[in-house]
Amino acid sequence: MLTAQNLHCVRGGRRLFENLSFAVPSATLLRVSGANGAGKTSLLRMLCGLLLPSGGDVLWRDVPIRQQREAYWRELRYIGHLAGIKDEFTAAENLIFAAALSGVNITASIARAALEQLGLARFAHIPVRMLSQGQRRRVALARLALPDTTAALWVLDEPLAALDNDAADCVISLIDARLAAGAVVVMTSHQPFTVAAELRSITIPV
Amino acid sequence: MSAINWFKYSSPHSFYPLAGRMVPWFLGAAALFGITGLYVAFFVAPTDFQQGESYRIIFIHVPAAWMSMFIYLVMAGWAGAGLVFNTRLSGMMARALAPTGAMFTFLALWTGALWGKPTWGTWWVWDARLTSELILLFLYIGFLSLTAAIEDDRRADRAGAVLALVGVVNIPIIYFSVVWWNTLHQGASVSLKSAPKMATTMLLGMLLLAVAFWLYSLAAAMLRVRSIIREREPRAAAED
Amino acid sequence: MSLWTLIVQRDLRIAWRRRSDALSSLFFFIIVVSLFPLGVGPEPGTLRLMASGVLWVAALLATLLSLGRLFAADHLDGTLEQMLLAEEPLWLVVAAKVCAHWLTSGLPLVLLSPLMGLQFGLQAEEIAVLTGALLLGTPVLSLIGAIGAALTVGLRAGSVLLALLVLPLYIPVLVFGAAASGAHASGLAVTPHFSILGALLLASIALAPWTAALALRISME
Repeated sequence: MLTAQNLHCVRGGRRLFENLSFAVPSATLLRVSGANGAGKTSLLRMLCGLLLPSGGDVLWRDVPIRQQREAYWRELRYIGHLAGIKDEFTAAENLIFAAALSGVNITASIARAALEQLGLARFAHIPVRMLSQGQRRRVALARLALPDTTAALWVLDEPLAALDNDAADCVISLIDARLAAGAVVVMTSHQPFTVAAELRSITIPV
Repeated sequence: MSAINWFKYSSPHSFYPLAGRMVPWFLGAAALFGITGLYVAFFVAPTDFQQGESYRIIFIHVPAAWMSMFIYLVMAGWAGAGLVFNTRLSGMMARALAPTGAMFTFLALWTGALWGKPTWGTWWVWDARLTSELILLFLYIGFLSLTAAIEDDRRADRAGAVLALVGVVNIPIIYFSVVWWNTLHQGASVSLKSAPKMATTMLLGMLLLAVAFWLYSLAAAMLRVRSIIREREPRAAAED
Repeated sequence: MSLWTLIVQRDLRIAWRRRSDALSSLFFFIIVVSLFPLGVGPEPGTLRLMASGVLWVAALLATLLSLGRLFAADHLDGTLEQMLLAEEPLWLVVAAKVCAHWLTSGLPLVLLSPLMGLQFGLQAEEIAVLTGALLLGTPVLSLIGAIGAALTVGLRAGSVLLALLVLPLYIPVLVFGAAASGAHASGLAVTPHFSILGALLLASIALAPWTAALALRISME
């Protein structure tokens, strides 16, 4: 479903990778690894269409993503290094807004249920600025627990970082469930993990 | 026509040697046109019966003002092409032209002031054309500052391109507003429109110098593009 | 609820929680306007003559001051990145944010301007012309400013650069806005000025969000 053709990446005058090609069929997880600074985040942002490749193309369902834009983004959920949540709002409000950006309208009780899955039930209605770093991370990841049937591609940048074991297990089980529903998941992780579905790996050479 | 592949020279790799070969020709031609133009300006064109010899500065002023606007248009053209076709060379050309454009804008303002002093007794009048030229200088400075402030080359090229296009859309509106403002306030009792009526020899001198300035701009832009390519893509430059 | 209302509502709520930010640019406007009589002298005739120009320049600067906030916070916490991946066109998101920006920065200036006009000894009718022109002109300032804010988002020297980029583009609004008062003072009709300001507003509504969206995509790479 997701194909990369001869991707080149030049950032700040430095050549990060060239001629990177791969194809990920549905219900498959692609794990991207590589040393620090190899260009993992750049690759993920390229797959999302945030970063224009210096060469090559990213295809989704055999069509270049730059020709699909909003239609592609409707199916894509990206969770990057930055949490994308506002300190002033409660966890539930943040979740509702994040879902609305992807075109998913949810009620407060659905948001609450998603937060509950990540162990944040008690913190759903207090401003996020009161939460710890790990808890904020979980608020961002709670997007993955929403009943979000349009999402066919998850791109996750270090989703397991800064999580305790319970939360990490929960995220892995959410990934498993989404893969079972036929989605593609692309992620980076320094922590070891296992999934039930097919797992492919790609390493960006330095 | 079909035999010429225009996109071939849109790659820095093939443009680098081409630019290198063209620079001496452009510079030589610029010198030739420049000397002829200056000869016409100083020896052929008659002395103005009102302004005496001091009017001769318009032989520099007018072509410089033409060039300042023309270069901005060319720059925006390259910028637009860069955004549409996503070619690397376009951004480089736009950035290579900007300093020369700013230089001519400054030259036009400077010679305008020098001309103003003996003619109107003041270094600066808020004349519509001088004011527009000043705003054009601001636009050039904005472009140069923005591209200088961004470290990533591609972002700098593309952000500069957007700004150049926004500028080009705004220039007519700005010019129109300044003319409106000028007529409303009637502050400047003199204006550049009171310049002596153009004789054919005067027009000839200005045209010669405008061509010289344009050839010089091309040579300067080529030299700058070559140094940009050397900096960004040493591989393309090394094979020359 | 549509994404537009959601974003406007959200930005208004953020502005309310950080109301000291919005208030400081408002006070900046008041102080700048009040400095002019101190610099030029309290002669009522001179003050009345320069009132509209002073208010317009102060409005330009105050808008500029608040523009830095347009995308900066969303950029820092990663929300902007999520907005780039929204399933609605980005220009719509930008337009909603600009709308909220004008409601929190431009509109207060417009509402405050009659008071500042009184400070300069303007008559009721002059105040009406000035306020009307500001009402049409300040949204243009927010719209054009969004392009500059998008181009400079995340840059170290962002705020100074923003001024360099945006102020020259503000000149037509300044000229026609201030000229409306000038025309009224010399007994001419103000409708042509208002029509031109309206045309500028329509043109920037049509073009600015789209351009700012393009600039944002480039800046966020």
